[in-house]
Amino acid sequence: MAGYSLNINSKTYNVDIKEETTLLWVLREHLGLTGTKYGCGIAICGSCTVHVDGKPMRSCALPLSGLNKNQKITTIEGLSEYGDHPVQQAWVEAQAPQCGYCQSGQIMQAVALLAENPNPTREEIKAYMNGNLCRCGTYLRIVKAIEIAAEKTSVNT
Amino acid sequence: MNKAVSRREFLKTSGGVALFIGVSGLLPQMIACKNNKEVQKLLKTHQLTAWVKLAEDGQITIYNPAAEMGQGSMTSLPAIFAEEMDADWSKISVEFSPQESEIYGSDKWNPNLKVMLSAGSRVTYGYYSIMRQAGAQARYILMQSAAEHWKVPIEELSTANGEVINNGNSKRISYGELVPYLVMPDNLPEFSESQFKDPKNYRFIGIDQPRVDIPDKVMGTTRFAIDIQLPEMLYGVLERGKIHGARPTLNNESEILALEGVQKLVSFDYAIGVIAETIEQALAAKKLLNITWSGAPASGFNSQECYSKYEEIASDKSAGKVITDEGDINSAIKSAVKTFSLDFKNDYVYHAQMEPLNAVVQVGTDGNSAEVWVGSQQGFDSKLGVPKYLEIPAENVKINLQYLGGGFGRRSMTDFVLEGTGLAREVAPRPVKLIWTREDDVSYGAYRPLTLQRLKATTDAHGKITSFSHCVVGDGGNLVASGIRIDYYDIPNKYAEWREVSEGIRLKHWRSVGHAPNKFAIECMIDEIASYFKKDPADFRRILLAKSPRALVTLDKAISMSDWYSSINDNRSKGIAFLERSGTLSTGVCEISVDKTTGKINVHRFWSASDAGIVIQPDNVKAQMEGGILMGIGSVLKEQLTVVNGQVQQSNFNDYEILRMADIPDSVETAIIESREQPRGVGESGTPLVACAIANAFLKLTGKRLRHLPFTPERVLDALNT
Repeated sequence: MAGYSLNINSKTYNVDIKEETTLLWVLREHLGLTGTKYGCGIAICGSCTVHVDGKPMRSCALPLSGLNKNQKITTIEGLSEYGDHPVQQAWVEAQAPQCGYCQSGQIMQAVALLAENPNPTREEIKAYMNGNLCRCGTYLRIVKAIEIAAEKTSVNT
Repeated sequence: MNKAVSRREFLKTSGGVALFIGVSGLLPQMIACKNNKEVQKLLKTHQLTAWVKLAEDGQITIYNPAAEMGQGSMTSLPAIFAEEMDADWSKISVEFSPQESEIYGSDKWNPNLKVMLSAGSRVTYGYYSIMRQAGAQARYILMQSAAEHWKVPIEELSTANGEVINNGNSKRISYGELVPYLVMPDNLPEFSESQFKDPKNYRFIGIDQPRVDIPDKVMGTTRFAIDIQLPEMLYGVLERGKIHGARPTLNNESEILALEGVQKLVSFDYAIGVIAETIEQALAAKKLLNITWSGAPASGFNSQECYSKYEEIASDKSAGKVITDEGDINSAIKSAVKTFSLDFKNDYVYHAQMEPLNAVVQVGTDGNSAEVWVGSQQGFDSKLGVPKYLEIPAENVKINLQYLGGGFGRRSMTDFVLEGTGLAREVAPRPVKLIWTREDDVSYGAYRPLTLQRLKATTDAHGKITSFSHCVVGDGGNLVASGIRIDYYDIPNKYAEWREVSEGIRLKHWRSVGHAPNKFAIECMIDEIASYFKKDPADFRRILLAKSPRALVTLDKAISMSDWYSSINDNRSKGIAFLERSGTLSTGVCEISVDKTTGKINVHRFWSASDAGIVIQPDNVKAQMEGGILMGIGSVLKEQLTVVNGQVQQSNFNDYEILRMADIPDSVETAIIESREQPRGVGESGTPLVACAIANAFLKLTGKRLRHLPFTPERVLDALNT
């Protein structure tokens, strides 16, 4: 097995794991970063969403062999130390989560949306977030949380 | 008059208090709730139950006896306790209680039994009295301790926001400061209704508190069972039959055992289990298993072709299990002016909870003990069948309840717990994390039953319903019968029965159980009759609900919220439905449009008004109604689980589609009717409103009928073309 060096949440991790192993399992079961979730394994539910150089990616579809140490990987744990990222705060204000299992992926997707489009319309929000499933049906509150975060961020800039 | 409860009787009452002291000086035997064996030993000698742990710095830990699957019990049960304790909410944290039903169970499921079960939308109802009593008793202990510390009569004391106050000299002492002076009274009063806090002074009940589990859920730090990491932990997966219950013969055992990291292969009646060092090794081995499968009861079953058989069963002269038989149905049918006969069908649906099933189990070296970490909705057996499976005493099994990544009824089954136990036993004492892949979860699920419903209603010449008969044909007993009763409708002659079939497909309670299919049938029949007699469906229901005043309040509220009598334009219409579920009454209205070329139904807006009795956390009730309605929309328009030759055809979210963000309504508005009745649950009240509301709106808009769930585009186009 080859060694891999990964930059996750601004920290370097050296792992000795088979190259076809997906980033999802590396994060969760090898590195103990369990905030990123397994939901479907075929990149259609969004629960496993992380950022690679700021772009939202489904970690269940990213084998180690496709990653290198120069890519900055961010997981939900890396968004903030105390849960005070504006999107996380908006999520709390909207009281969005129910069971909470999909919410890490939802938040990572939302952070990427607002980085790309700081003032999305409702339709743009729905289109961008459409890949993230929520069985509890919190979608309306997710939209509200994103609108709150967008407003708060624009007020502060 | 108080009935003083002796310490001896403490345990047996459904409520009791113990303060577990942070610094033990006064009561040295008191220890943390977490040490199960010690707690049990203590309870025999000290007659205490622990609902709250109080530390000297004033931090209060309240124990939640229910599961938390997003329905909010982690916050609402402690809110009830804190209200009567008169605690400072800012100092409260919440933990799951030990899974010990003798101490933490509710007697609301069965008066002779204490049960920990988070199902049926009955948690708040089951624990409301218990938490009030326990909170009031905790407050009493604090006041009595202050009285003795200050040497004043307890009658001269009061409390406010976590402090005991001496009314005579205005001296105050916080609950935390009282810890060194705590005394256990010889007798703990049992408080009656008039002695509880006056609702006008409520600070938590009926007043939204931010949910205690949300901060962790936005940080990704909430621990679900699938997240558990333990030293020396192994990973387990099972390969189960393509047909439910098929028995395996493994053909390549030595090849699999030779794979890197594979530790053991374990045989189950219906599966082969693989245990490996890493998850990826376990999953790789699972793919390579070469298994020959036996037949099973479901062999040859085709879910899309069984309805004609069910129709024959419905037509058969012999009755099934009679559920309702009021008045004289036959006489009403004979004298009917107009008779309506309708059949309704619903396909299987799958739970699709986002966290795939899993359990972490560790069996002791001698096989005589076990510890389990699992997200479970609990059950009549608090130890989830593990003691019986291992043939060991119940007190040797510890269940560590975790947050659930969705329950919806699936997680009150214990199959995944026992599978984990079967694996762990083979590699004791190493713990095993058993994970179901999403494909496992879909194909070896336990679904809401497929049913046929045959309804027959009779009326007089003016549209007054003179009889209502309902026959449901399906597998599963109460799984298909729940929701068949219409006690709230003023109809003189009612009949309902269940006719059993058995297809060998695994079945389970699915959010609202039989209510969604049964209310679909009932509420559509109501609209069919209203439509025939050219009566407005809401007005028609007002007459039917004339003897149910609480129901009428929900009806009128929903009519008003939705502006029922007006339509936004000719392309949209509204549909209405009323139902009772778990003691909560709800009226729902939806507004839809239909794309007549694609057959797609768009739900634009949804309104609901519910009387759920006393509501502990209003925003949480709204969230449950919103979520339930959205889950209803997905299950009605998109979700379809089919079986061909005994094999489930769907495998993941690509072919079993649940509602996505793109398809959400523009708004869901929910109203809560003020009430002082006992609190009831709403977790399963939203979902069953949807099928009927949509079908009734469709009838209004198109004059056509939808009779088969789900309303796929194909079925919608078929209906439009009739």
